[in-house]
Order: sequence, then C-alpha cells, then structure tokens
Amino acid sequence: MLKNITLGQYYPVDSLIHRLDPRIKLILTIAFIVAVFMVHTLAGYAVIFAFVFWLSRLAKVPFRMLLRGLKPLRFIVILTFLLNLFFTPGEKVLVEFWIIRITEESLLQAVHYSLRLIFLVLGTSLLTLTTSPVSLSDAIEILLTPLKKIRFPAHELAMMMTIALRFIPTLLEETDKIMKAQMARGADFESGNLFNRARAMVPLLVPLFVSAFRRAGDLAMAMESRCYHGGEGRTRLRVLKIQNNDWAACGIMVLLIGLIVLEGILL
Amino acid sequence: MTETPRISLDGVSYTYEEAPSPALSQATAAIREGEFVAVLGHNGSGKSTLAKLLNALYIPTEGTVLVCGYNTKEEKYTWEIRRRAGMIFQNPDNQIVATVVKEDVAFGLENLGVPTVDMIPRIESALATVRMSKFADTAPHMLSGGQKQRVAIAGILAMEPSVIIADEATAMLDPSGRQEVLDTLLALNKNKNITVVWITHFMEEAAKADRVIVVSDGSIVEDGTPGEVFEKTDRMRELHLDVPHMTALAEELRSEGMPLPGGILTVEDMVREVEKIICPSKSAT
Amino acid sequence: MSIEVRHLTHTYSEGSALSAVALDDVSFSIQDGEFIGLIGHTGSGKSTLVQHLNGLLKPTSGQILIDGEDLNGEKVDRRALRRRIGLVFQYPEYQLFEETVAKDIAFGPKNQGLSAGEIDARVRYAMDCVHLDYEKYAEKSPFELSGGQMRRVAIAGVLAMKPSTLILDEPTAGLDPRGRDRILSMLEDLHRKENTTVIMVSHSMDDMARLATRLIVMANGKIVASGTPREIFSQREMMTSIGLGIPDAARLCGALREKGYDLPADLYRPEELKQHLLRLWKEAGKC
Repeated sequence: MLKNITLGQYYPVDSLIHRLDPRIKLILTIAFIVAVFMVHTLAGYAVIFAFVFWLSRLAKVPFRMLLRGLKPLRFIVILTFLLNLFFTPGEKVLVEFWIIRITEESLLQAVHYSLRLIFLVLGTSLLTLTTSPVSLSDAIEILLTPLKKIRFPAHELAMMMTIALRFIPTLLEETDKIMKAQMARGADFESGNLFNRARAMVPLLVPLFVSAFRRAGDLAMAMESRCYHGGEGRTRLRVLKIQNNDWAACGIMVLLIGLIVLEGILL
Repeated sequence: MTETPRISLDGVSYTYEEAPSPALSQATAAIREGEFVAVLGHNGSGKSTLAKLLNALYIPTEGTVLVCGYNTKEEKYTWEIRRRAGMIFQNPDNQIVATVVKEDVAFGLENLGVPTVDMIPRIESALATVRMSKFADTAPHMLSGGQKQRVAIAGILAMEPSVIIADEATAMLDPSGRQEVLDTLLALNKNKNITVVWITHFMEEAAKADRVIVVSDGSIVEDGTPGEVFEKTDRMRELHLDVPHMTALAEELRSEGMPLPGGILTVEDMVREVEKIICPSKSAT
Repeated sequence: MSIEVRHLTHTYSEGSALSAVALDDVSFSIQDGEFIGLIGHTGSGKSTLVQHLNGLLKPTSGQILIDGEDLNGEKVDRRALRRRIGLVFQYPEYQLFEETVAKDIAFGPKNQGLSAGEIDARVRYAMDCVHLDYEKYAEKSPFELSGGQMRRVAIAGVLAMKPSTLILDEPTAGLDPRGRDRILSMLEDLHRKENTTVIMVSHSMDDMARLATRLIVMANGKIVASGTPREIFSQREMMTSIGLGIPDAARLCGALREKGYDLPADLYRPEELKQHLLRLWKEAGKC
C-alpha cells in the first residue's frame, strides 16, 4: 500500500552517521564534494572510494542501496564519459579509426569526469539516506537564517518543506483513490499515444488540484487558529546541538581533504 | 448570575464577501464556564460560521463576540483568544502540520514562543490525556481518523485552553472514531472543566450535551437541554434534523395513550420509563 | 446478474516485510435484485472486497465469477464485465472534474464509446435517478453545488453507465440528515423500480435496517455472519464482540427481554417495538 512508502530515500536505522547533526552533515557533504573535485590521480579516487565505503559501513546502509542512487543517473554518467572520451583534444593517440580518435588525455579526462559525477551522487545519497527530510529542512532553515537580513524567507522555506513532506503521503493516497474511481468509470490511464495519455490525466489532475487547494485552505485556517503568525518569536521543539561526534566528523573530513591536497602535491 | 460567561454573542451577524445574505444573523447566546454545548444544524445552516467567529477566524460584521472577556474585534487580543479557545476541524488530515505526532502537538507552543524545556512536559501530558502517548513518534498518516483528531485535541490542550470548539470534528469518522473523539471531549469537560462547543449534525452526539443550540438559516432557533429541544419532534423534522429514535418512539407511544414522560433520549431512559408503567409479563416463562 | 466469490484471498505487498492479509478465504454469492448491506469495522476488508468485485484489485488467490464468467480470466472481456458493475467510492464528489454537471456524468458513457444521442439520454436518465433536475443543473459547474448535490452528481456518473449491480462505499458519510435521506430514498427507488442489485458498505445500522434485504458482516478479512437484518440484529453479542452496533430498537428489545418482558427476540424496527409495547401495556396493565 502507498501508505507505507518511505519518503525520499531515507534509510531509517540508528547509526553514528544518522545521529550526526544535520547541519554538520550538510556542510561536510559540501566539503566532500569539494574534496572530490580536488582529486587528480586514480590513487586519490581509491582513497575517496575507501572513505565512502567505510562511511556506508558506519551508517549501516548497505552499499548496494547507495549504488542504487546512481541508477537514474547512469545515462548522464555514460554520456559524460563518452563525450569526454571522444571530444577531448590530446596528443598521445591510443585508438584511431574513421572519425573516432581516443587519446590518453581524453581517456583520463573521461574517467575523471565520470568518477567525479559518481562520487558526487554517492556523497549526496549518503546524506539523504542517513538524514530524515525533516532534519534536512531544519538544517537548511538554520543555515540560511543569516540570510534573513537580506529578507530571504528561510523560515517560510523550511515550513513549506515540512508541510510538503507531511502531505506527500496524503496526496499519494488520494491520487491512488481518484485514479481508481476514474478507472471504475472506464478511464484508461495506460494505453494510447502520448497525447491521448496526457489527455487521460485531466480527470485525475483536476480533482487532485481541487483537493490540494481545499486542503491548503483548511490547513491555513487550522494553522492560524493555532496561533501561527510566521517565524517571528517562534521557539522550536527540536533543538539541534553540536556534540563531540560532530567535531570528530569535522576532523575526519579535514584529514581527508589534507590527504587529497597532499596527493595533489606529491603525485 | 454574576460570573462572566466564557463566550458571549450579542446580536452577531456575519456576511461572507459578496454574499447576498448573511450566513449568520442576530445571534445572541451566552456559554458559561464548564458547559458542554452542542450546536446542531444542517449543512449551510450557519453553524460552521458560528464556530469560526468564536476563534477570531472571522470577525462579526455586526454585533460583538466576547471570548473569555476579550472582544474578537480587537486585533491585539487575537492570539490570546486563539490560545484560550482552541479549535478542531472537520477533516483530520487537513489540520496536522508536522510529520511526527509530538511535533504537531508542539506546533501551537512553538507559535506562542514557549521555551523548549517547558514544551516537553506539556506535550507529554497532553498526549497522555488523549491516550496517544505511545504514538508520540509516529507519522500522522499512519493513524486512524479518530487518532488524528485526538492528536489535534492534544495540540490544543498543550496550549492550556479554557474552551475547545469542535467544528464537525466527527463528520468524517467511523462510529468508533466518533466515539473516541466525543468521549475524549466529554472527559475533558468533566475532569478539567473545559468548556466545549460541539458543532455537529449528529443528534445522538448532541443528545449527550448539557445544552443544545439549534441553528437554521443563519439564526439560533432553539436553545435548551437536549430533552427540551428534542421533545419538539415535529419542529426538528421541519428543520431537517433527526430526533433520537427513542424520543420519537416515546412520542408515538404517547400518542397512543401510553403515559410516558418527556425527555426520553436513550435506550436506557426508555427501559427505565417502561419499567415504571409496565410490569414484566407474568406469562413470560 | 449473479456474483459469486470463491475463496478470495488478498494480501497487500505480498512477500515484503509489510505484507498484510486484507481478505482471507472469502466466499459468498449474490443474487439478482438483492440489496446487500456490507458491514464491518474500518480495516475489516470491506473496501478491499468491493474493489475486487469491479476488477480494480486482483485476487492473490481465488475467483470472482460474474454470471459464471471469471472476472480475471484470460479469455473474457474484462472491461465489458467490469462495466456491468458500477462502483461508487467513498466521498465520490472528490472525483468530479468537468466544467458542467452533464459533461461529468457523460464521462463514463463516453469511455464506453456510446453515440452522442445515447450519451445524452444516459445523462438525463442518471440525473433523473439521483433526483436532480436536468434543466436546472445540467449546465451548472459541479463545484458550485452543495456537498450532497455533488455526491449525487458523482453517483449519477456511475449510474449513467447503466450497471446492473451498483456498489457504494459509505454513500452517506459526512452528509447531514437531509442529504443522507435523499441518497437513501434514491437507492431505494433504484432497487425497487429499476431492479438494480445494490451492495452498500455502511457504518450506519439504521440505514441498513431500513434498506438491506441481506447483511454480510466482516471482521479481520473474513465473513463472520450473513443473513437478513432480522437474523443479524438479533445476534447482539456477536455484533458487539466485533465492535459493531445494532439499531436502537434492537437494543431496546434486548434490554427489555433481559428484564423479563415477553418480546420476540428479533425485533429491530421502531414500528414493531411500538406495536409490541402497546400490546404489553394493554395486556399487563399497570404495576
């Protein structure tokens, strides 16, 4: 049943990584991406790979689960690899026939770019697998709070994210119900060409929008009646606190970046 | 009476924007502390408009609404009024904001700026009162309708209100969910002396209140104890409302000459009264 | 048209950790012209069952035979079979989507591929069935109507497909007494005048007492009882043990019998109670 879906790709287990402060995790993920982009040698990628593998063990997330995040992006990765392989100019020709010309430089660049992409996806997947969407929206709100000075709506943005997360299961269930109801009236959502299929969505989308608007109106009224008046003077039940583990995680990330920098200088 | 009523309506009218006629007109009533008042009326009678006027969600176009002594017209009291007169709505799904039960209960407290350390005991006690403690960390979409409404009640209880307004809070629930929600509010009324305004179109629910106010075509047309109000069976039918089955049966028996008294609402009432006038059959074996 | 359900079992998310048995070896049959009341707790399997009857869900095991033909069989025209069974979901007004009432009701017949003339006739027929005046409402937007009217439009949308069996999942939920009475009297007419077989899921025992010719009681994915309202409502203990109520009149009958009053065990209509109480009053005299 749709009721039991897990949101996003959050993998709900308890681990050291899951317990880290979401703000720290968010910042460290960005740091990790920077580190990946600093790598210049295959040895460096081996270090990065070892690091990701170790983290996934620490997070109790099956490595297969992590790889699954790559699936939707496989075409982009392959495309990146091929484009770089064929169109990077270089001197040392490895293969040449017809209009195709593969050089050592182009091969190296193709490997670099696709590996970067892969590790970028693995790093962010690790973040979303170990951090619930709500904690993430908390982290984003707090990290963006300084931007309130330039009137950036950090609180509103986070509130919108929370409400969206709250209503995704409700709306999914509703979609399922309306779809079945229209199918009971002979609607066909599966066959026909693209145009017909798009048209067949009208009986599904109109009721869904009508209902979403009604829900939004109801919710706004319910929130007001519970004294909601924006982020001003609001306190929070969930308070994020940076703990020793978080500092340790930061230390490890500094070490990793140090290692990568060192590798850049030495090799 | 010298005590000030919890809620008082004085010549209250409300007209929706661009509506030709008022949804509520010239409503006058006072609700005392600790009363459990059912507001009964069919759809479109004006009963939901009335509910929203009690929470400063609507401001009367005419007349005055006082909630715990505060005039809803004065904007500076809006938050105070909403804290003191909490409201639960019809659709259980459309009033839960957070993705975890206890965080939803915290929502009102967060809005009021209650310090985090003070929130936790208030949330725990509110959830315990509605018997939802073990669901504190559950996602709302995993709960039944009745449970969701109880979470909504906990969210209001955490704000320590003196009045709870339930705007058709059971209309979308199954019988056991309806029972859960009604029992929860009846208990709060009895044990914590919270004034309850119960808006409904189910006469069985209204029959359990201390007092029934009937709204029709935007006016208060009846106001009295359930016994007094439901006794007027023809009048209720004329207003397209139900009458408890036992009240209707009693009336029919009375019209055949059986000397039953007025005020019979439940099966238990009926059994008690029948026992007074008919002996258990001697021929029964 | 007859419906026969044989050993129907349905397991949600089979094979996963979340799998749940919603229907457990359910068998029953329904004859032409019956008005079936399907009752049971939320989660007892009623909704899963009715979705099977119209082919929206496929059995994990077991069969559904419509006039002897397997609804999920390989060779049969499933769409044609499904068309004969109209299914009205809970809160059906939430499925309305067209600009006008008439267009919305025409959605089903259009999907059946009927001619424009026939579609128009169907729309008029269906609006008449749900007691909505064609001249007054056909060109209105369904979103301007009251809740009860919207629901009737949605039911008309199913009736316009002229099903020989109509299944309704809690058709009166959320309506006020007037809206409820309109729906019920409309169903009564459909059953009596059009001889439509009706299967109604409802929590309201009073509605059931008024309309159903047979009740099927479900609990935990199984059928626990089946019989006339009179038979079912006299089994007070069984009904309360699975958390279901019985009509007030049946409750009164039971309570008075316990006190020693000489009443038949199976009264459930207020009129019957009235007659018997008057009889007792005249016979027994005063205390």
